[in-house]
Amino acid sequence: MGDASIVAERSAGPATAEGRTPVSLAALLANLGPLLALLLAMAFFASRSDRFLTGANLSLVIQQSMVVGVLAIGQTLIILTAGIDLSCGAIMALGGVVMARLAVINGVHPILAIALGVLTGAAFGALNGVLVTNIQLPPFIVTLGTLNIAFAITHIYSQNQTITNVPAALTFFGNTFRVGSTAITYGTVLMFVLFGLTWFVLRYTAFGRHVYAVGNNPEAVRLAGININLLLLLVYTAAGLLYGIASLLSVARTGVGDPNAGQTDNLASITAVVLGGTSLFGGRGKVLGTLVGVLIVGVFRNGLQLIGVESVYQVLVTGILVILAVTVDQFARRRQQ
Amino acid sequence: MSDTTSNPTPVLEARGLVKRYGHVTALDGADFALYPSEILAIIGDNGAGKSTLIKALSGAITPDEGEILLDGQSVRFRGPLDARRHGIETVYQDLAVAPALDIAENIFLGREIRLAGPLGFAFRMLDKRRMRREASDHMRDLNIGIRSMRQAVETLSGGQRQGVAVARAAAFARHVVIMDEPTAALGVKESHMVLGLIRQVRDRGLPVILISHNMPQVFDVADRVHIQRLGKRVAVVEPRNFKMSDAVAIMTGAMAGEAISRG
Ligand SMILES: Nc1ncnc2c1ncn2[C@@H]1O[C@H](COP(=O)(O)OP(=O)(O)OP(=O)(O)O)[C@@H](O)[C@H]1O
Ligand SMILES: [Mg+2]
Repeated sequence: MGDASIVAERSAGPATAEGRTPVSLAALLANLGPLLALLLAMAFFASRSDRFLTGANLSLVIQQSMVVGVLAIGQTLIILTAGIDLSCGAIMALGGVVMARLAVINGVHPILAIALGVLTGAAFGALNGVLVTNIQLPPFIVTLGTLNIAFAITHIYSQNQTITNVPAALTFFGNTFRVGSTAITYGTVLMFVLFGLTWFVLRYTAFGRHVYAVGNNPEAVRLAGININLLLLLVYTAAGLLYGIASLLSVARTGVGDPNAGQTDNLASITAVVLGGTSLFGGRGKVLGTLVGVLIVGVFRNGLQLIGVESVYQVLVTGILVILAVTVDQFARRRQQ
Repeated sequence: MSDTTSNPTPVLEARGLVKRYGHVTALDGADFALYPSEILAIIGDNGAGKSTLIKALSGAITPDEGEILLDGQSVRFRGPLDARRHGIETVYQDLAVAPALDIAENIFLGREIRLAGPLGFAFRMLDKRRMRREASDHMRDLNIGIRSMRQAVETLSGGQRQGVAVARAAAFARHVVIMDEPTAALGVKESHMVLGLIRQVRDRGLPVILISHNMPQVFDVADRVHIQRLGKRVAVVEPRNFKMSDAVAIMTGAMAGEAISRG
């Protein structure tokens, strides 16, 4: 059938050497923008302060970012599915109080206490997942509800008391080891490992690709025979598990079980995700971008402090960056439609 | 392709399908038969029950009454996935692709191939290279000229996207490919390309069910035309020896359906 051999017209523009079509400037900005912003910020602060680029200071920046960093991994998973999680910080505080109280007041073995605290996070994540899938409520409303529930439980359970004198196992990830003259916190290593693991899962497993697809076009995922409810339940539970791990890092960093921990971390994690170039509309983004987003916030906080700028300006700068990031995302999306 | 009389067993057949939605009877004892290696078009006015018919045939709905036979065997589909397991693939009107994923990922969505060995087993790692290679083979089989399977589907033209959806259906269909209005959103040139793809699928031995409102296209590409009216099949005609205007007259009720050629 000669007449049937119709070759599709070529899409706009020649292919590059790797066989990829060139991307628009907006798409390029969305891809490389976050890293560029991080490098520019670092260059700026390095030029203004001799202390900024020292190993000790950079290690501190990362250590201050590790709790929000791990929360932001879970937040990235959920935002990729076109959801949002307002409850992550509250769940993290609850997990921290659970492990600290169990270990300190109930005398539970520290390792078991840690496991139960982390599992509390996973259970709350699963609750979010069930509400989003089975009752089909919008994630924003569900997590606004569980934010308040987790917050209340935390305060009732802890009787508003900060739990001190936690056993050494709970603060292990706050300890440091030395590379040359620089002290590195174990917790930051754990954070990097979790980012790497999530990167692998999102990029190289069917589950990861389905996370993108469901945020992109849920109907296509359903028609492909994929169980969307199970997929979303797994995503929310995995996010909860990550919040539980963040509980441990928070306890390790501060040395206490604090019922008031993480109250602004939900917005901080969303900020990091958006700064990292992940689309709030779902289906597009990279977890390593989130790592860059976390570091951008950390670098600004630390850098502005070093050059003696009032901390309220950090908030101002973060706000401007978020608006910028969302604008770039909007343009990139519009170009692609 | 046109000589279906030599093969009496339909690949896919339906007898007396009834589907009611409250007071509306979408299918009112509809019959249907699809023979090997043919393009069967379904035409009918709005509300005639075309979409409901193919939903029943693709497992998306369960009919209230009637029987569906695949290769002469009675079957009941429990869902789209079940019909797909029986080798029936559907190209939906809205295409059902994930625009941000690349071509290979879309073709293998829900049917990904894992690496052999421990990486695939323990780490569930995908064999992306193999998926890209096979996707590329499928696209080449249909003469869809796209060079890189890593291209995101959203960067493709409308016709090329349709090509991806057709390639996915053709790659996995063992029995039947169903297409609901595949050219509705396309320009003249791209429609022409998609009609070419449909012919190629048929020429590779897969029968195709095509729903379309575009009469010239239907009469250009179809081997037989199933005319649906008020929830029933009222006629089956062969475009080679039937006038388009008469088919439209049957479709609208201006002319009685002639003796149905089969069944
Ligand atoms: N889910 C539903 N609920 C209620 N009524 C329905 C439903 N699906 C179809 N119908 C009704 O059944 C009848 C047949 O609909 P169907 O979609 O099969 O027609 P169609 O031939 O595909 O029409 P069109 O050419 O407009 O796509 C219509 O009267 C329609 O309103
Ligand atoms: Mg229809």
